[in-house]
Amino acid sequence: MSQRSIAGVPRGVLALLALGLAAQIGLKATAPPPRTAAEDLAPAPSIAALRLASFGDPVALGKTLMLYLQAFDYQSGSKVPYRDLDYSRLEAWLARILELDPRGQYPLLAASRLYAEVPVEAKQRSMLEFVYRQFLLDPDRRWPWLAHATAIAKHRLHDLPLALRYARAIQRYAVADNVPLWAKQMEIFILEDMNELETARLIIGGYLQSGTVKDPAELRFLDERLRQLEARTAGKTSAKELRQSVR
Amino acid sequence: MPIVASLARATLLEAVRNRLLWLAVVVVVIAFGLAQFLNQVAITESREIQTALLAAPLRVAAVFIVAVFVITSMVRELSDKVTELLLSLPGPRSVYFFGKFTGYAMLASILALLSALPLVPFANSQGLVLWTLSLICELLIVTAMSLFCVLSFAQVVPAFAAVAGFYLLSRSMAAMQIIAGAPLQDPGLTDRVVNALVELIALLLPALDGMTQTTWLLGSAPGVSALGSVAGQTAVYLVLICSAALFDLYRKDF
Repeated sequence: MSQRSIAGVPRGVLALLALGLAAQIGLKATAPPPRTAAEDLAPAPSIAALRLASFGDPVALGKTLMLYLQAFDYQSGSKVPYRDLDYSRLEAWLARILELDPRGQYPLLAASRLYAEVPVEAKQRSMLEFVYRQFLLDPDRRWPWLAHATAIAKHRLHDLPLALRYARAIQRYAVADNVPLWAKQMEIFILEDMNELETARLIIGGYLQSGTVKDPAELRFLDERLRQLEARTAGKTSAKELRQSVR
Repeated sequence: MPIVASLARATLLEAVRNRLLWLAVVVVVIAFGLAQFLNQVAITESREIQTALLAAPLRVAAVFIVAVFVITSMVRELSDKVTELLLSLPGPRSVYFFGKFTGYAMLASILALLSALPLVPFANSQGLVLWTLSLICELLIVTAMSLFCVLSFAQVVPAFAAVAGFYLLSRSMAAMQIIAGAPLQDPGLTDRVVNALVELIALLLPALDGMTQTTWLLGSAPGVSALGSVAGQTAVYLVLICSAALFDLYRKDF
């Protein structure tokens, strides 16, 4: 359909259009910015309710809920610290989102890198345990977040037994080819830090003998590590013998 | 004025003969039945659950019915060349537009009143009055937007897609603004551009998210000032959209 020129439009209509546009922009520009009322994080709905609400597309709903959760710490225009959130509810939300979108990594990234880094130890520990439990459901895909949890347990919480538990889980359950050497060997390094040299030596030895390591560079590295540990173990033993003979 | 009144009456007659009001009654009855069923399921807050689960679907259903009726009716009129016949009447094009708009606006008001009827036993009266008036305002905006889109696109699917997009965007704009304004990291250039774009779009959309709130029906109703802002927004947006639709109508060469 052809169109007439703008000159064919009555001036009154043009004036009304300009007036309407100016009034709309003025009205919205002077309105206060949208704010959510500062409130507690609501309990997470049941997975059945969420599946119903997803209209057959749970992944899209999962992604949307993650953005909602991420934006939740911004309330009333000022940032509410993560540490003020109710962590049991937060965990429930993250778990529901993972149930809706099991391949999604965002909830575990948020759990390990945002919510587990608050300066409240109890909340850190609960979030690390959440990451650990979720890791066990899909180790080959979720190991990076447990690796980060291991680092937090070791360097922030200074809880080497906890770090060791996580590192052991990665070594034992994350068996996919794409899991890198450093992740699988975290257990050995933590044992070294705990001065459990003999255990670390036995693990590397068993690891080499199992035949699961195929890469020549990895074999060479482990072999070198084993020799270093053996030297340190021998040195430790002779020092111990020396101390006993002095007594 | 007689032409405006005649066109409005004809439009309303068309709605009646299309059994649109019967459809609205059926929707209301189904929603009422569903709310009664959920009332049996609920352990607590059954009145609140009934009210919320009646009000929200009725609001969306009313918007859907109005938008679909305006668009299909106008497209049929354009296809049957009735529009050309009506434009040949001794009056400017604005008379035709306002005649049609008045008819659709009357239908929208009737639909809003029908939607409010099943809420009478559950909601507080002041809140229900505010809710109903706000729904009329919301439906008037949707009516004007549907007219504008159908005059621009002249086809059902693009016009309805545009109206649906406009409605969903308007209702979720405030949430989008909050999310856009809360990045996890320091905002980069892209974040700033996206944020500015979201703010710009928000300026051009009506604040539908603040209209026809279910909470008005549940607790204590807000004051008349809430209705004032709703009415103000409706008036401003009707001026904008109606003038944009008139601009498009005057430029069309039939």
